[in-house]
Amino acid sequence: MRARLLGTLGPLLALIAACLFFAMRSDRFLTADNLSIVLQQVMVVGVIAIGQTLVILTAGVDLSCGMVMSLGGIVMTKLAVEQQVPVAVAIAAGIAATALFGAINGLLVTHLRLPPFIVTLGTLNIAFAITQLYSNAQTVTDVPAGLTTLGNAFQLGGSSVVYGALIMLALYAVAAFALSQTAAGRHVYAVGNNPEGARLTGIATQRVLLGVYLLAGVCYGLAALLSVARTGVGDPNAGQAENLEAITAVVVGGTSLFGGRGFVLSSLVGALIVGVFRNGLTLMGVSSVYQMLVSGVLVILAVATDQFSRRLAQRGGGET
Amino acid sequence: MILRAVHVFALIGLSSVAAAQQPVIGLITKTSTNPFFVKMREGAEAAAKTSGARLISGSGKNDGDNVGQVTALENMIAAGAKVILITPNDSKAIVPSISKARAKGILVIALDSPTDPVNASDALFATDNYRAGTLIGRYARAALGAKVARIATIDLFPGHPVGAQRHNGFLKGFGLRAPEAAVNTLGTASDVVCMADSYGDQTRGQTAMENCLQKNPDINVVYTINEPSAAGAYKALKAKGKEKSVILVSVDGGCQGVRDVASGAIAATAQQYPVKMAELGVAAGMAFIRTGKKPSGYTDTGVSLIAATKVRGVESKDVTTGIELCFGRK
Repeated sequence: MRARLLGTLGPLLALIAACLFFAMRSDRFLTADNLSIVLQQVMVVGVIAIGQTLVILTAGVDLSCGMVMSLGGIVMTKLAVEQQVPVAVAIAAGIAATALFGAINGLLVTHLRLPPFIVTLGTLNIAFAITQLYSNAQTVTDVPAGLTTLGNAFQLGGSSVVYGALIMLALYAVAAFALSQTAAGRHVYAVGNNPEGARLTGIATQRVLLGVYLLAGVCYGLAALLSVARTGVGDPNAGQAENLEAITAVVVGGTSLFGGRGFVLSSLVGALIVGVFRNGLTLMGVSSVYQMLVSGVLVILAVATDQFSRRLAQRGGGET
Repeated sequence: MILRAVHVFALIGLSSVAAAQQPVIGLITKTSTNPFFVKMREGAEAAAKTSGARLISGSGKNDGDNVGQVTALENMIAAGAKVILITPNDSKAIVPSISKARAKGILVIALDSPTDPVNASDALFATDNYRAGTLIGRYARAALGAKVARIATIDLFPGHPVGAQRHNGFLKGFGLRAPEAAVNTLGTASDVVCMADSYGDQTRGQTAMENCLQKNPDINVVYTINEPSAAGAYKALKAKGKEKSVILVSVDGGCQGVRDVASGAIAATAQQYPVKMAELGVAAGMAFIRTGKKPSGYTDTGVSLIAATKVRGVESKDVTTGIELCFGRK
């Protein structure tokens, strides 16, 4: 139990420590306005990380997340702008496109039994190519207001909060509930922990895996909507940074890359850590090279902590 | 029946002979989808057609993909290219492959971005990125007038020569002390209150500008590395109601960027000319094929300032001219 707590509380403590550090170095950091900006900046990666967490919990990884998100954004905006498709339908089409990619990932993993790393490496390239071709490498502008409403803000206690950030928090709440309180959620952990054992206890592992990748695809579609809302355009080059950043968020948050353990809320902590460092270092006037350095160090620390706590648990006698 | 077959074979024979006599020029761009390189390729195809050469094109998969360009280079050598025009993704890593090509007597010209060292290619036809930065720096200084400057620079990423040249050129043009053109690090100045990296994309440009505005809400001049990052910076400025009080300048002169100048989002942009690079490259290539004469050194393919509002003492072209000359979807 102590081992698991270490894995979960560690990142939260790191986030708090980072915030205190930056608050000391810049009096502009700990303002409601600044914190609300950081929340906005992590909302896209945050939602992608929900899907990525699901995949990583099954001991997989989805390298295509950012590119699939970008495709979703292009589908939504091109349909709405060029085909004058009603906004709700355009959004549904974008999410359908990303869900389709999720399903393809899932089918290749379950039926062809290809390693998720390889499968999603392939779909990463396919999604990128389709996005570039479909969009002609042009950003889609003059996007109708309906697609960007989630980028609008409302006043809350002296600062403005973007609706999209609330959507992200709501999605985290739903995911956390589903993973911890439903049978399907328990099955995800079981499959990640011990796929053969799960199968022997009657869990339909193939269906669980397929469901996980499909749901991840839906998350990427929702993230695409938030991305369009935030930037106000459909950008075929969006998502390239988010690709690795989402995996970083999940790992730094404490979810184990080896599957079977972790909490989805930790990925929010991980995403916030990355955002806080980027914001704080800019406020301090420090070059972005150091953000990369910090990010790399955090990832290694997180994985090392996970390994350490696993070994602690094994020595403790059986609880993993 | 046999006569018809002979006729067909004769035609095939004739056309392949004709093709064999047609000189081959290769063009390798960084990516195949960036409108800048699409325009460059179109220009090269047109120039090749009028000169009677055959153009074969290839590219890397994405910005930074060296391996894809090496493969394209090897394929073009095999296809009998006498001249290869290349915009290198990685200025150092491509050098061995270029040396191999030159050892076979192939003329290799770098377009848009230099090789490192510069003389690893026979010649360089590119924008003077330092000058591009200087133009927009001078415009920003003149547009700001007598006010105290509080500058934010939204840069590319550390270590990239083009990012450094545009940034440092901007500082020089603005009237601040700046590193020379050959320096690859970003210069700083007391008037520069924030520097943040955008990696040239819109979303990260928005994030960079948001963070800079948090650092110093009184920023009144913003330099951006390219127009997508400028669009992102503008969104951040608009969210804080600052879009009218900040002078935003950029580089590239793509059609979307020029439209942003027309709408007032960007105050001025330095326009560069990929078609000119392609045309000069093809012309030099044909001269080499016909006479064996090699081009050498650096040729400036030109950069113009595009602005909606003229300012005193700084020459600029208007938006209509900018749209005529831009690359991308008009």
